[in-house]
Amino acid sequence: MRAHLLGIEGMRVEDIHTLLTNAMTMHEVSERVIKKVPTLRGRTVINLFMEPSTRTRTSFELAGKRLSADVVNISESASSTKKGESLLDTAITLASMSPDILVVRHQASGAPHLLARYLSSTCVVNAGDGTHEHPSQALLDCLTLMRHFGEIPTGKTVAIVGDVAHSRVARSNILALSLLGNKVRLVGPPTLVPSDLAHPRCFGNRVTVHHSLGEGLKGADVVMCLRLQRERMTRFFIPSLEEYARHYGVSEKVLRIHAPEAVVLHPGPMNRGVEIDSDVADGERSLVTLQVQSGLAMRMAILVTLAAIRGAGTSESSEGGAI
Amino acid sequence: MKAVVGGYVIDPGGVGEGAFDLFIESGTVEAIAAHGTIVPSKDDEIIDASGRWVLPGLIDIHTHLREPGQEWKETIDTGSAAAVLGGFTTVCCMPNTIPRTDSAEVASYIRGKAAEAGRARVYPIGAVSIGLAGVELAPLSELTAAGCVAFSDDGEPISDSGLMRRALEWARMHDGIISCHEEDKQLSHGGAMNESPLSYRLGIPGMPRVAEDVMIARDIELARLTGGRVHLCHLSTARGVELLRRAKNDGLRVTGEVTPHHLVFTEDKVGLYDTAYKMSPPLREAEDVAALREGLADGTIDCIASDHAPHDPDSKRVEFVRATFGILGLQTTLPIILGLVREGVLTRTRAVAAMTVEAAKCFSLEKLVPGIGTLVKGSPADIAIVDPDRIWTLSSDRIASKSRNTPFLDSEMHGMAELVMVAGKVVVREGRLV
Repeated sequence: MRAHLLGIEGMRVEDIHTLLTNAMTMHEVSERVIKKVPTLRGRTVINLFMEPSTRTRTSFELAGKRLSADVVNISESASSTKKGESLLDTAITLASMSPDILVVRHQASGAPHLLARYLSSTCVVNAGDGTHEHPSQALLDCLTLMRHFGEIPTGKTVAIVGDVAHSRVARSNILALSLLGNKVRLVGPPTLVPSDLAHPRCFGNRVTVHHSLGEGLKGADVVMCLRLQRERMTRFFIPSLEEYARHYGVSEKVLRIHAPEAVVLHPGPMNRGVEIDSDVADGERSLVTLQVQSGLAMRMAILVTLAAIRGAGTSESSEGGAI
Repeated sequence: MKAVVGGYVIDPGGVGEGAFDLFIESGTVEAIAAHGTIVPSKDDEIIDASGRWVLPGLIDIHTHLREPGQEWKETIDTGSAAAVLGGFTTVCCMPNTIPRTDSAEVASYIRGKAAEAGRARVYPIGAVSIGLAGVELAPLSELTAAGCVAFSDDGEPISDSGLMRRALEWARMHDGIISCHEEDKQLSHGGAMNESPLSYRLGIPGMPRVAEDVMIARDIELARLTGGRVHLCHLSTARGVELLRRAKNDGLRVTGEVTPHHLVFTEDKVGLYDTAYKMSPPLREAEDVAALREGLADGTIDCIASDHAPHDPDSKRVEFVRATFGILGLQTTLPIILGLVREGVLTRTRAVAAMTVEAAKCFSLEKLVPGIGTLVKGSPADIAIVDPDRIWTLSSDRIASKSRNTPFLDSEMHGMAELVMVAGKVVVREGRLV
């Protein structure tokens, strides 16, 4: 019996619809004075975070706690990998304590896939693997857009701006948004948005690649800014943050010209003045706060859905598949 | 005297093809004659090869035997056992041992261990730079005297072009060969698979083809400058094949090899982070496989080499980017290449030549052992008797290597070296070690 959430890859459009619908009902819990329901009482969730994280880890932790699950958090500095233990051995050790769900954040692409291959009875949730996928982020972004637009986003034009090559947020969003019937544009310099991304063996006709910010933003309904990691300079992907911001910084001025109706998403943490200007981040078109709220609801929906599949004892998916 | 009778001989560097009987005395081929023309005497040990192919023992000029230093992965004993089971009677082992083969002592140690094992001929390849560190030249003359048949920093490229130039110049005194792992480490920085649309999709850092190609181009130009001999290890790109073709047209002393896995797999095998398919150079794309096949068929690529790279399971059962590079090769090369013969990619003559006489020529092994890689009179009685149609399973107990890192584990293999002899001594019979 296995059900994992390893990526948007392999998910069906119905799976996403179900999660979005379930997540909509979860919001209500966080609006109560007593923010707790007994849904996962007696269930155990372990958050294994081998990379620094504030919002994703807190979000999964609170999601579990508001559902009355027992939640354990393990960070890299507190884990036995510091003593030289392999990731797989750490995970097998944790799995021996019979958690229902293991939420994994790891710097290596494919790390949750490795665990899913070897753990026979624990659900693995990918909370971000290297530069591969971050499925709960894409799902919460879809939920954010659903709440903003009043319906599941479809037929929209979404511009993802920034370091797509190294972004797991971008990959999961490309897959989720295109699956829901949206057009996805990838915008950034050739070093960070290589044309290979639009190759049939990558994302194919689900995306178009644009190296001009104006062209990429033109008429977009949604603009998603990606975090630019400062260490990108050391391998020459960008000459400097200033040079990057000059070409691809998303400002209110640029949006007024090219995408006056657009709402703006950012997965955080933000580099203000680099990929996003404060007038956008704090302005009316910013959905950043709504994203964080949606994150909690979506992670509650993910935990409930996986726990239900596990509890029912049915095998709903194969390896690499999803909920 | 031993007599191998009734088989179909394929000896591209010697007598050619046909029904020949072989007569062996004191470890050498005493006579080879059309079937039935010489009648064995009743004292002769007769080996019936009817219905089989009789080949010169296969020669692998790119093997990692891991000894000294990583004996839990492989030893000269287990590696040479895997070799002869795979039909290889000669292997040349790379110097990335611990310590590195950068001194006469280590080279002698390897030769001593090989003599103890008493199976295949094992020739060490010496380091180009001390410690394979790419900073100081290794003592190439001392290594030559100690029996090294070529020089390589394999596993690592020779990043310093100045060092490469001087190595080629120094090696000329011995007509030495520099065997090159071609990779520009700045371009392949941190990479773990071929850079491609697929690597971008999987989020695995890529090793672009150009990282290999620019180094091949550099070393071809250095061969032109110095008159030295360059051998290109494990070619994996279409451009690399084209560059080698041009170098040969220009009359340069440049040769090249290709591994079985680069001839039959594409990067798609990586699938969802399957470390069994992680190797360096990485598996590439369909157009590269096509170019490698064409280059091997037309002789641009001289030979096939296994790049046998044993690794323990722990080093493969980890995150993809952290896993070791490489797969086993000695026991799977022959079946894979016979598959290409059945597919019509290679003629059987070309396939055998690329695993025998042409491999020997790349490292001038015939200077060391006259006639090696052929079955002519006077050549060493290194012989593989092969049933090209025999089907068997590469089960764990069939693998003589200490490691099991092969994607072919438990797969059906088509073709087997049933009887193998080295210098007239039978080391494999019925596909099992004697």
